[in-house]
Amino acid sequence: MSEPTLPNPNEAPDDAVVHRVEQIIGNLLRCGVLTSLALLVAGTLVSFFHSHRYGSTSDDLSVLIAKGGDFERSFAWLFGGLRDFRGQALIVLGLVFLIATPLLRVAVSVVAYIIERDLIFVLITSLVLVLLVVSFLIGGHG
Amino acid sequence: MSPLVFTLLAFGISFVAGLFGSLVGVGGGIIVVPALTLIFGVPIHFAIGASIVSVIATSNGAAASYVKRGIANLRVAMLLEVATASGAIVGALLAGRAQPRVLFVLFGLTLLYVVWSMLRKRTAAQLEIPPDRIADRLRLHGSYFDDSEQKQIHYRVARTPFGFAVSGIAGLLSGLLGIGGGAIKVPAMHLAMGMPLKVCTATSNFMIGVTAAASAMVYFMRGDVSPFIAAPVASGVLLGAMAGSQLMTRLRNNWIKTLFLIVLFFTSGQMLWKGLRP
Repeated sequence: MSEPTLPNPNEAPDDAVVHRVEQIIGNLLRCGVLTSLALLVAGTLVSFFHSHRYGSTSDDLSVLIAKGGDFERSFAWLFGGLRDFRGQALIVLGLVFLIATPLLRVAVSVVAYIIERDLIFVLITSLVLVLLVVSFLIGGHG
Repeated sequence: MSPLVFTLLAFGISFVAGLFGSLVGVGGGIIVVPALTLIFGVPIHFAIGASIVSVIATSNGAAASYVKRGIANLRVAMLLEVATASGAIVGALLAGRAQPRVLFVLFGLTLLYVVWSMLRKRTAAQLEIPPDRIADRLRLHGSYFDDSEQKQIHYRVARTPFGFAVSGIAGLLSGLLGIGGGAIKVPAMHLAMGMPLKVCTATSNFMIGVTAAASAMVYFMRGDVSPFIAAPVASGVLLGAMAGSQLMTRLRNNWIKTLFLIVLFFTSGQMLWKGLRP
């Protein structure tokens, strides 16, 4: 029994819509990453010198490290912090950007496969999207 | 040590981790977590929380260029993401309940595996490609243009269920330890599923962002992502990885790889010691 070494051309779909969409997303991702980067750096500087006054002793450092991510994780906290130009709110916005970009990419893939009428992959990508949303929901309770 | 010195050092170490990671083909997390815990005494849960965010950043940055060059197999990526994302959520939930000692030991063992797999990488041969109904049905087979051979290379995908299972384990470790998990996925995709190595690396990097996002949300909502620690770590790893991808083509990286293996080997010993000492 011999196996073909090359796939039949119609076995390897070119997924034209998906690829085109992915290229657009690729550029968006790069912009998103640079935006988050800027937010992380700016937020750290603002925290040090304006809003949080991280302090300068090793005791200050111990407190900061031990605190971890222990702040109120809500949109109210985020928007309130941004309005008051608080550094940690800028950092958290950068982190939220970073975490949300893969979610956006998967959501767009779902749409691309719908356009290509590829039912199985609509289901697969939707499942990934559901998993990401679930992780968000259970994270708060885990 | 003052907070400012910590921030600058954490940024510097993360930059080096991202740089060397991209030069030898591993993520920065594998260096960042040991550095934060062993050098600065950061609690391992916060170190992992900072690392997992940096993993998303590098994957997002890298994925863009791989997709553009058409190397990544998007269909395989989306299918296996179901497994990696599920594994990552479970891993992140387990990590929340795990004792730090357990995480140190697991991390040490994973580092040992990475060292071993880097040593073995060039010598292993691909298994033969049996027919795979699932790969046919989902039309996973693909092709890409190989720059060094200057031609279009067609390949068939096999053993999809095995690849799916391994991806689940890679996702689990990613969620548990805050690493990308490429070191586990890539050999399985290359040796068992029959995909060319370049395709495996590109596809794996593409998937890592989605995998890490799933566990990062759990860490974030649980309060394990510290703005103070994550900001210098994520920006450092990201900038380091960007610098590394610029250098990549210009450096012969044999000695870098050797140095890296030695560092990883000693690090794994220290992580194990930290978990196992009385």
